[in-house]
Amino acid sequence: MAASLTQTVPARPLAARPTMRETLQQTAAMAWRALLKMRRNPEQFFDVTLQPLLFTAMFTYIFGGAVAGSARSYLPIIIPGILAQTTLTACMATGIQLREDMDKGVFDRFKSLPIARIAPLAGPAIADLLRYGIAATLTILVGFAMGYRPGGGLAGVLGGWALTVAAGWSLAWVFTWLGTIARSAQAVQGISMMFMFPLTFLSNAFVPTQTMPGWLQAFVKVNPVSQVIYACRDLMNDGRLTPHVGWAALGCAVVVAVFAPLAVRSYARKM
Amino acid sequence: MREHRNHAAGLAVEATGLVKTFETVRAVDGVDLEVHQGQVLGVLGPNGAGKTTMLKMLATLLPIDGGSARVFGVDVAANPHQVRQMVGVTGQYASVDENLTGWENLVLFGRLLGLSHVQARSTADELLSSFGLTSAAGRQIKAFSGGMRRRLDLAASLIRRPPLIFLDEPTTGLDPRTRGQMWETIRALVRDGATVLLTTQYLDEADQLADRIAVIDRGAKVAEGTPDELKTNVGNSTLHVRLEDRERTAEAAALVARVLGEEPVLTPEAGGLNIALPDANRAADVLIAMREAKLGISTASVRQPTLDEVFLALTGHHSDRDDAEAAGGLR
Repeated sequence: MAASLTQTVPARPLAARPTMRETLQQTAAMAWRALLKMRRNPEQFFDVTLQPLLFTAMFTYIFGGAVAGSARSYLPIIIPGILAQTTLTACMATGIQLREDMDKGVFDRFKSLPIARIAPLAGPAIADLLRYGIAATLTILVGFAMGYRPGGGLAGVLGGWALTVAAGWSLAWVFTWLGTIARSAQAVQGISMMFMFPLTFLSNAFVPTQTMPGWLQAFVKVNPVSQVIYACRDLMNDGRLTPHVGWAALGCAVVVAVFAPLAVRSYARKM
Repeated sequence: MREHRNHAAGLAVEATGLVKTFETVRAVDGVDLEVHQGQVLGVLGPNGAGKTTMLKMLATLLPIDGGSARVFGVDVAANPHQVRQMVGVTGQYASVDENLTGWENLVLFGRLLGLSHVQARSTADELLSSFGLTSAAGRQIKAFSGGMRRRLDLAASLIRRPPLIFLDEPTTGLDPRTRGQMWETIRALVRDGATVLLTTQYLDEADQLADRIAVIDRGAKVAEGTPDELKTNVGNSTLHVRLEDRERTAEAAALVARVLGEEPVLTPEAGGLNIALPDANRAADVLIAMREAKLGISTASVRQPTLDEVFLALTGHHSDRDDAEAAGGLR
């Protein structure tokens, strides 16, 4: 044994709660852990690589002719839609992963450490930005390859990309919360599907909303995913900062403000 | 009153009437515990007795349903964040990250505990070498043996040099050699001045490491004392004798009662006797008396009382219970 590994009496004073700086360092450490895990399990990237490739091609050729007359003229509508859909699927995985992780012994240690309770939740959420980034980039690239020429130019495309990634991060808190309340990873998957399908399909992602019945249009309009898609279309196709962008940002902020505290509370109580 | 307060200042752990209820089962049912600074308290009990649950409450991993607990005078329920700064916890199942390497685990926990990048790395290197894990530093925990995992787990609990260490069954499932190494490590921690609360299913482990032992059964404390005090309850050691002629068991039992003044316990297999000895030297008296009575012996051995014998003596029932409720209460 090397020099003393323990102290005899506790070092005083003891902090009553972690400071903001400590919380950030702890979150960064947890994000580092999540990135190491991703590198060791590359299959975690399947959904964010295969889905953009597959869905973009599939939906464009299936719906393109019927909705917009041709696949090519459908691209400006569908690319922002697929962007939202793939990131939403990717953030569903955040909740499932967290639930699986929480059953492991290492989470007992995380709970026993004097760290901010939000760090084990926020760390993976930040690491997942990488996954959303990959999903968004691939979707846009596949769009280019199929002939999508966004009118908003580079700035517009970058804006749409950033908004998508930010929206993914925000909505992931819903699934993180589900991860902290569900009993098993399978349960998270099941419940998440129930959230995800209405959020993606009851939106303007694939078709114009004018043909929908009135009550459905009402839901589609308040669906934050629709706002993100409107905003992405405005940014990428027209290069314009419209009120939709503001609504999308506000919607994301509200989701984080509601679900992040809920998730932290239920995680802390679970101990 | 004043004296009492001074006394309490020397306590690392002070728990009164701890209760934990899972649905209808009281897994921990009004346990009082005291651990003095610099001491080792062994919590001894069979599977499902509530040891782990109790430890988890003290380590802020489970909410306390009833009673109160203080760690170095800080209330566990009211100030969990402060308690977590003073305690290192090593779980029954390695609480390290399977996907990370040994070194990455220690750096991660170091960073979480507020060390700088440089400090976290040097602390990880030092701990790995203290625990003989340097050569395995770059391997994922998945590829670690059981003993290596436990050592890494313990190393991870020591990053911030906590004054109080909780060890939940530190050697369950380890081979004898690794077990001995673990004991050595724990002794070294205590020499450094650490206070240790450990749970175990093995009387010999508690005997080897603990200053005091609390025996837990069905969520309640049934006895507490020094290892010697507990063992005198059941006799210091046990002589196990197996007769060649099982028909003469009753005769042999009567002989033992005459020599020692106490009836032996008949073992489940025919012709076997477990004889509690007040003193290991009395084994010779019994064996000589048997030779003189021409009672043939096929095997004879003197050993420490087992946990089951301690239990039988303390509670009147065996420690290995097929109690589904108790098993459920462990979680």
